[in-house]
Amino acid sequence: MLAFILRRLAGTVLVLLTVSVFVFGFVRLLPGDPARLVAGPDATAEDVAAVRADLGLEGPVWRQYVRYIGQTLRGDLGRSAKTRQPVIAEIGARFMPTLWLTLVAMGWSTLFGLAVGVLSGVKRGRWEDQTAMVLAVSGVSFPSFWLGLLLIDLFSVRLGWLPTGGDDDWRSFVLPSITLGAGVAAVVARFTRSAFVEVAGEDYVRTARAKGVPERGVIWKHALRNALIPVVTMIGLEFGFLLGGSIVVETVFSWPGLGRLLVDSVSFRDYPVIQAEILLFSTEFVLINLVVDVLYAVVNPEIRLR
Amino acid sequence: MSEMAIGTVRIRSPLGEFWRRFTRRRVALFAGMVILFLILAAILAPWIAPYDATTPDYANVLSGPSFTHLAGTDVFGRDIFSRIIWGGRVSLTVGFVSVALGCIAGMVLGLVSGFAGGFLDSLIMRFCDVLLAFPGILLAIAVVAVLGPGISNVVYAIAVFSMPVFARLVRGSTLALKQTVYVQAARSIGVRKLPLILYHILPGTLPGVIVYLSLRIGTSILTAAALSFIGLGAQPPSPEWGAMLSDGRSYLGVADHLTVFPGIAIFVTVLAFNLLGDGLRDALDQKLR
Repeated sequence: MLAFILRRLAGTVLVLLTVSVFVFGFVRLLPGDPARLVAGPDATAEDVAAVRADLGLEGPVWRQYVRYIGQTLRGDLGRSAKTRQPVIAEIGARFMPTLWLTLVAMGWSTLFGLAVGVLSGVKRGRWEDQTAMVLAVSGVSFPSFWLGLLLIDLFSVRLGWLPTGGDDDWRSFVLPSITLGAGVAAVVARFTRSAFVEVAGEDYVRTARAKGVPERGVIWKHALRNALIPVVTMIGLEFGFLLGGSIVVETVFSWPGLGRLLVDSVSFRDYPVIQAEILLFSTEFVLINLVVDVLYAVVNPEIRLR
Repeated sequence: MSEMAIGTVRIRSPLGEFWRRFTRRRVALFAGMVILFLILAAILAPWIAPYDATTPDYANVLSGPSFTHLAGTDVFGRDIFSRIIWGGRVSLTVGFVSVALGCIAGMVLGLVSGFAGGFLDSLIMRFCDVLLAFPGILLAIAVVAVLGPGISNVVYAIAVFSMPVFARLVRGSTLALKQTVYVQAARSIGVRKLPLILYHILPGTLPGVIVYLSLRIGTSILTAAALSFIGLGAQPPSPEWGAMLSDGRSYLGVADHLTVFPGIAIFVTVLAFNLLGDGLRDALDQKLR
């Protein structure tokens, strides 16, 4: 087990290093002189030189990279070209709102998706199953930004029950988390159903029935437990995708989180912030993948012995 | 097995068998027809769109759906129905072109990776791991941040994040196909590498690729619309569904037709591609997630 974790950890570090090279190369891939681009057309030569130093664009490339990694590890991500504040402070202020939103969305969509998936699996082929699966495939195809607008239209503009944006109290969480989680709930429901149906055909489930285990016991103890193994992996991966989804949903609801900061930064060409955000998002994503893999190995010994 | 009768055995070609199974799935067949219809509407846009998509008409601003303007008009008095038809060109082109680019690049990488093995295989797969280390839309935003906003850059952005998906898929089937008797046989009679890959391995990888193509086109259209919605994709006055939804945001509760019709257009198109993909998967009997 330890060997497996170490091996996966080494792989993760390698991926993260490569990601850092990508992010590092990002500003250097820009057409033209990035320092001039950031400084603006009216900037003097001194301004451009200052920006160049700010962006870490001086000296040989390998030395720039070493310096970049060193600074990143110390939490120094440069200054925002827009606000002149340290990037780490900008991102720090936006981190918690996004995390909370993602967690709330993840929580309800997982529980709901699992419940619907199991219901569909148990009632396979009946109207409950068919309705749920039509809703699920629609949920996967539904543009989240449109769902957000429809919810705002109904609950904020027409009924006036919930705010249209911001993150003031629990009420402002309702619409964004529904919008963000809907797609995940649909994916979880579909996946749980197929995992459940597959397991329900296994010999041990038939054996359980044959030896007289009550139907409820068959479903909860024998079928669901085994069906959950692949579902857990999938949910972990969906968590990563929720981070991506938050970029769009935060824009719809003016949520003061990382996603909206990223969109604003791209429009403003605030490269230090964009770089830091991309690094942060992908690090989170890679770490989640690592945790999922390890959890999977814990529940499924076959993987460990690969 | 049910095709067997005493004395006769009917053998269908793989394509015929696929077609028989596919046409049994009414939903997928219907989805396929919807897609054909959308493609046709997009191609015929200059002839069937009742109005021009970009010319403003300030006498008819924000009017609701009526017989003269089936889906109403927007802030500039432009006919929304016409803009949706023209917008189909943008969305479908982005969907097809970006996925085609990603698919071709991914297939080449996957074939090389699976066939060559060894160091090259590890290198290509680690490269794909890195690309997959970004949530799709984030990678797209990064590409747009480098290349600048605009719909053609969105195409490249989506192609980049579709590529590793196809590379992994094709690599997997290539590894399996390499072990099959017919590939071993072809190799033993001295078929050279390139023909071996092109004629013996490539066709075997296609079923999985076809299923993913349909599913990815749906995802790509959705991603492109999302990017346009947040202002990084199609730029005004270009009629793009996501951008139209974004324009209508300020008029929620006042002029809902601004957001409802583009929303329906995106939803129906993406749903059709997803249903088609599901049907193809079942018909091709692919064990994909």
